[in-house]
Amino acid sequence: MSEKQDVTFTVNGDKRTIRVEPRRSLADALREDCGLTGTHLGCEHGVCGACTVLVDDQPVRSCLMFAVQADGARVRTVEGLAAGGKLHPLQQAFWDHHGLQCGFCTPGFLMLAAGILERDPNIAEPELREALSANLCRCTGYQNILKSVLAAAFEMRR
Amino acid sequence: MKPVSFRYFAPRSVDEAIDLLAEHGEEGKILAGGQSLVPAMNFRLARPASLIDINRIDALDYVREDGGQLRIGALARHARFETPVARGVLAAFLPRVARHIGHLPIRCRGTFCGSIAHADPASEWCLVATTLNAELAIMSRRGRRNVRPNEYFAGALTTTLQPDELLAEIRLGLLDDSWRTGFAEFSRRAGDYALAMAAAVLRLEDGRIVDARLGVGGAADRPSRIAAAEALLTGSDGGPDIVREAGNIAAEAIEPLEDIHASTVYRRDLVRAMVRRALNQALTR
Ligand SMILES: Cc1cc2nc3c(=O)[nH]c(=O)nc-3n(C[C@H](O)[C@H](O)[C@H](O)COP(=O)(O)OP(=O)(O)OC[C@H]3O[C@@H](n4cnc5c(N)ncnc54)[C@H](O)[C@@H]3O)c2cc1C
Ligand code: FES
Ligand code: FES
Repeated sequence: MSEKQDVTFTVNGDKRTIRVEPRRSLADALREDCGLTGTHLGCEHGVCGACTVLVDDQPVRSCLMFAVQADGARVRTVEGLAAGGKLHPLQQAFWDHHGLQCGFCTPGFLMLAAGILERDPNIAEPELREALSANLCRCTGYQNILKSVLAAAFEMRR
Repeated sequence: MKPVSFRYFAPRSVDEAIDLLAEHGEEGKILAGGQSLVPAMNFRLARPASLIDINRIDALDYVREDGGQLRIGALARHARFETPVARGVLAAFLPRVARHIGHLPIRCRGTFCGSIAHADPASEWCLVATTLNAELAIMSRRGRRNVRPNEYFAGALTTTLQPDELLAEIRLGLLDDSWRTGFAEFSRRAGDYALAMAAAVLRLEDGRIVDARLGVGGAADRPSRIAAAEALLTGSDGGPDIVREAGNIAAEAIEPLEDIHASTVYRRDLVRAMVRRALNQALTR
């Protein structure tokens, strides 16, 4: 086992310092060391997107980043979406439009969608469809996820 | 799965990185975007004893025009190429290619130089580097050297890069307005690795092709230029018969991979189609 290292970063606005081995993935650090189990792990090799979080506003696979690489970074996870007891427009839209069934992929889709809409609030449907193809869902068949994100984008532009 | 333990280094300068490579290169690896290395480590296919993370070396994070070339630093990530990074013809060409690389979260981390270092047969940037005959700038404690793709790619995931070497920069020659480009790729699902792809870069004068570069990737163990098709195209008007024949030549010229995704026969058919599409794109815009 190699030396543990201190990692200091902000997670959903809170400053945290954790002590981890370099091989600790950011996903595991969020789940095990920060107690934020909303970030899910499906494949652990970059294919499914269940682990998607925002690092310095960029959507990334947290299974493919080591926690030590996030030292000094600003990380946002699904736990940071709702504010003041009110669901984020994306969460509300997933509820309203049946954008989830079992919910396993949902945190990843929500953070992916948040990242996409921050880059381009006016993204057109074909481009959004392409961008959402980054993540896998075994339940919904994707149509309702697309519908949800389009509805949230509309809501967020108002 | 989880990777085996490793020692982690995060140098701040190129010099420091090169010293670390000289010391640990044999059992160590550079960590760039991590989008190919970390999956391999999680599967324990790769078990480097040390990782030299170059993500904190700001001096490697650039894309700039200089002396008729586009210089791409080792930390330039794929997503940077989704919008035009250069003037002229490359401005339109690179974004068209970049969008085929994986998905947005992959593109936000993965790097151009990391793709060239990794040398996946289906890498879009490896095809671009080959077609445009890029200059690869390599550094180590032993010195600097520049190589061209034909003396660099040695097979699937295999290059002539040595364990103590850093691929510091890729240089692409800028193309003026007399050039036209085309790119076509076939994959089973959006974002998947290509089963076949083609890049066409043509210079036209008075409706005639005076210079032709045609590259094929994804179908064989490494990207390649199709010299016989380039010869056919050069001097021609690029009419339908020429385009069709160029596709046939390319399909016969390659040594296709055969795997669970596609047979050799199917890959030859895909190459034929991709070459025609790339050429038609270049000739009709
Ligand atoms: C789901 C998924 C889909 C993908 N789809 C595609 C696709 O369609 N097309 C495609 O081309 N790629 C695809 N990729 C791979 C991606 O493009 C990687 O970013 C790329 O292959 C490697 O770049 P990297 O910066 O991530 O390198 P890393 O993963 O960090 O490193 C890869 C290898 O290169 C070495 N290395 C990296 N940089 C340097 C350097 N500067 N000098 C010397 N050695 C270096 C490392 O030591 C390692 O051996 C996909 C990846 C995933 C996870
Ligand atoms: S768990 Fe990270 S992409 Fe599947
Ligand atoms: S809702 Fe079950 S995997 Fe997407």
